[in-house]
Amino acid sequence: MVMAFGIGMLGFAQVVWSTGETLGNLFWVVAGVAAGVGVFMHVVVRARTPYAEPIILPTAYLLNLLGLVMIFRLDIADTQRAAANDSPAPTPTVTSQITWMILGALLVAATLLLVRDHRRLQKITYISLLGGVILLLLPLVPGLGLTINGATLWIKVGPYTFQPGEIAKILLAIFLAGFLVTSRDTLSLVRRRFLGIAIPRGRDLGPILIAWVIALGVLVFEKDLGTAIVFFGMFVSVLFIATGRRSWVIIAGVLVVIGGIFAYFAFGHVRVRFQIWLDPFAYQNDQGYQIVQSLFGLANGGILGTGLGQGYPQLVPFANSDFIIASFGEELGLTGLTAMLLMFAILIQRGLRTAIACRDTFGRLLAAALSSVFALQVFVVVGGVTKLIPMTGLTTPFLSAGGSALIANWIMVGLLLRISHDTRRPERVLPSTVEDSRSVGAP
Amino acid sequence: MTKNITVYSAVLAILLFALLANLTYIQVFWADELRSAPGNSRAVLEEYSTQRGPILVGTAAVASSKATGSELKYQREYAAGPKYAPATGFYSLTYGSTGLEKAENNVLSGNDARLFVDRLQQLFAGRDVQGGNVETGLDSAAQEAAWRGLQGKIGAVAAIEPATGRILALAQTPSFDPNKLASQDSSEVQDYYESLNNDPTQPLLNRPLVQSLPPGSTFKVVTAAAALESGDFSPSSVLPGPATYTLPGTSTSVGNWNKGPCGPNGEVTLEEALAVSCNTAFMWLGVQLGEEAMTAQAEAFGFNTSFDVPMTAAAARFPETQNAAELAQASIGQQDVRATALNMAQVTAAIANNGVTMYPYLVDGISSPDLRQLDTTQPEAFAEAMTTSNAADLMDMMVGVVDRGTGSNARIPGVSVAGKTGTAERGNDNPNVAWFIASAPADNPQVAVAVMVENAGAQEVSGNQLAAPIARDVIAAVLGG
Repeated sequence: MVMAFGIGMLGFAQVVWSTGETLGNLFWVVAGVAAGVGVFMHVVVRARTPYAEPIILPTAYLLNLLGLVMIFRLDIADTQRAAANDSPAPTPTVTSQITWMILGALLVAATLLLVRDHRRLQKITYISLLGGVILLLLPLVPGLGLTINGATLWIKVGPYTFQPGEIAKILLAIFLAGFLVTSRDTLSLVRRRFLGIAIPRGRDLGPILIAWVIALGVLVFEKDLGTAIVFFGMFVSVLFIATGRRSWVIIAGVLVVIGGIFAYFAFGHVRVRFQIWLDPFAYQNDQGYQIVQSLFGLANGGILGTGLGQGYPQLVPFANSDFIIASFGEELGLTGLTAMLLMFAILIQRGLRTAIACRDTFGRLLAAALSSVFALQVFVVVGGVTKLIPMTGLTTPFLSAGGSALIANWIMVGLLLRISHDTRRPERVLPSTVEDSRSVGAP
Repeated sequence: MTKNITVYSAVLAILLFALLANLTYIQVFWADELRSAPGNSRAVLEEYSTQRGPILVGTAAVASSKATGSELKYQREYAAGPKYAPATGFYSLTYGSTGLEKAENNVLSGNDARLFVDRLQQLFAGRDVQGGNVETGLDSAAQEAAWRGLQGKIGAVAAIEPATGRILALAQTPSFDPNKLASQDSSEVQDYYESLNNDPTQPLLNRPLVQSLPPGSTFKVVTAAAALESGDFSPSSVLPGPATYTLPGTSTSVGNWNKGPCGPNGEVTLEEALAVSCNTAFMWLGVQLGEEAMTAQAEAFGFNTSFDVPMTAAAARFPETQNAAELAQASIGQQDVRATALNMAQVTAAIANNGVTMYPYLVDGISSPDLRQLDTTQPEAFAEAMTTSNAADLMDMMVGVVDRGTGSNARIPGVSVAGKTGTAERGNDNPNVAWFIASAPADNPQVAVAVMVENAGAQEVSGNQLAAPIARDVIAAVLGG
């Protein structure tokens, strides 16, 4: 934790130094809050889940700090540009992001306090489904929903905007885990084999079709390809983990192809995305501008990167949210980006390890579902920004500016910590042992 | 279920590998192509984020980079604008660069190998790269005199230090303001550039370096040098100098500018022929010496060679002549003989430098941002055009031009000035070109200067009237400083 804090603060200092700014009040506020959040979360986690995987919290914390560093750095670029154009200074994004980080830390604490045993979550399986679907549909409610950049993902209450879809992800993961605990045996049943592939019974196709329809619905009504992919991907991932049937994956693949073809011909924005992906340079000055600028940025970074504050990540639209990976790629280079991807890999791998080690099926599936959400989201974002797959608008977990995503990610970390703690806890623990473990040093 | 999760982990590992492989491809193998791709403004921003080194005249910067506080961090500023434009050139976002800005770009941008250590230090300090200093050998007083003298005319001035070949002045009118081309307002830059480009007087043309015109009578010093070098003539040799000279093999006759013979009985000494700029005597002389001797002499003065100063200057031309008639006209700097102001300054400097032609150079030295001298230009001889004694004789003859001949306007009290006038016809209704070349003091020359005025009208004596005063002021400025 201390090291993560140190790295984060060094990042801030480097940004300040190389952009020619001075260590202003904002720096000390950010440093103070980051330290406070770090200490708070550490204490809470040590107190509530002392047996949890020790690496999860520092990894997420460091990723969050790195995100703050880059958002701060892009704020400076915006401020300097505004100053050069004699326009008023923009409100720094980093202040709102750090507010969300505090909220995220509080929600981790709340998660650990409220969810004393993850198995209790199994009881709210169907409430979660309902809640998740309602949250997903909220932006479509007239007067409440808000469309930004073509995607209807936000709700607006007073001055605050929020992406309910981010929280829906967690609820749907809970539902999925709970649902599959009871139905995995049925879904594993094989009726007949065809070409060596086990074909499930017809009536068991229901759930996957429902998930497919929900995903398509998100795509159609909210115009958000990224969220649709993550939902459906999580569903298929967990279905496979629960049943071990490759046939589900194949069926999912067929459905994705059908859905994809349908979307390609039915929706202009999907078609455009696809064409941009095939040849971004043909759309370099309009719809492809963003991805081309992203590629230019990555190229400019090269192997070692330009150094924080010395590249031009601000040239990429949405450099601090959807394209923050391109910003990191430019200023920290292939080296820095690889390190960050490996940090995500550590986080996800710890999550899956928790799933393996977990003694109850619900915990296993929930841990796997949460890990797969992280994994899919990172893959879809990084793949999109780097032109490996078509571009989708998604936030990078912990890094991107965006409050809803950040607090959702922290809640997910809280849940993982809870499952991990319950899993790794020795079978019979005397209360005194728990007390003792609180004094154990920092991981 | 454990097995399933393991399989799933393996799939995720493959996805991670795909991401990393793709990133490696983009950031390592594709990177160079992307960096130079059209529309990648990062390259431009990068270039404008270096603080380009200044171009110095003495210790004063005539071109320097100032911080702008905008996205393009630095902008070029030219302290004296159009006065030094033929030397500095311009540095524009839209139109690239010219002059020293282009020729010394590696030093100014900090990419030169000589600046390697400095660049390494800046890199480790994490600071933006800072360019090196380009120290010109220009003399600010001479440049000012040349610039002031040219006002209201179309022309060029080049001045050289005879002993070294160092260029002391490089001026032209009309000129342009490089500040307006360095502006970050691209539409303003475009308008200005278009107006310059459409201007019939060609302000963007680097006149002293590339405007090649017939040198006219100033070329007679080359013919005189060839005569002395042949060993058959001395300053007192008597030449035929009738009122007209019939070009060999033709019925065309060419006369003297004053329509009369150059001396009593149509005879004149070589010394006197130069003093009064006798066309007939020099045409006869050129034919007498022959094409081979004339070509050898012209080339020893730097004709038919292109010099990089470091900008590439136009080569003066002494053409292969077809017959004696053409050779006769070439001997008085007409026909297809061409020279720039710099070329003629080089000839003048060679005569003043005991007959040794030097390589002309504009950049005296290179220094690092912290003013550590990295390189100093060593003067280099190009050719021995004349023997020391012949050069001394020719200097005396040129002093006669100013003291008692056609170059009276170049006289400076207390200083013996060696000079030669010239008025060249360009044909096709183009106005005559007025020339004056001079060096001084004759016993220990410090400066050789060539002045070219293009819009001289039809006056035969315009070399003395229009060009000589400018040469005189430039010489006075150098000697006075």
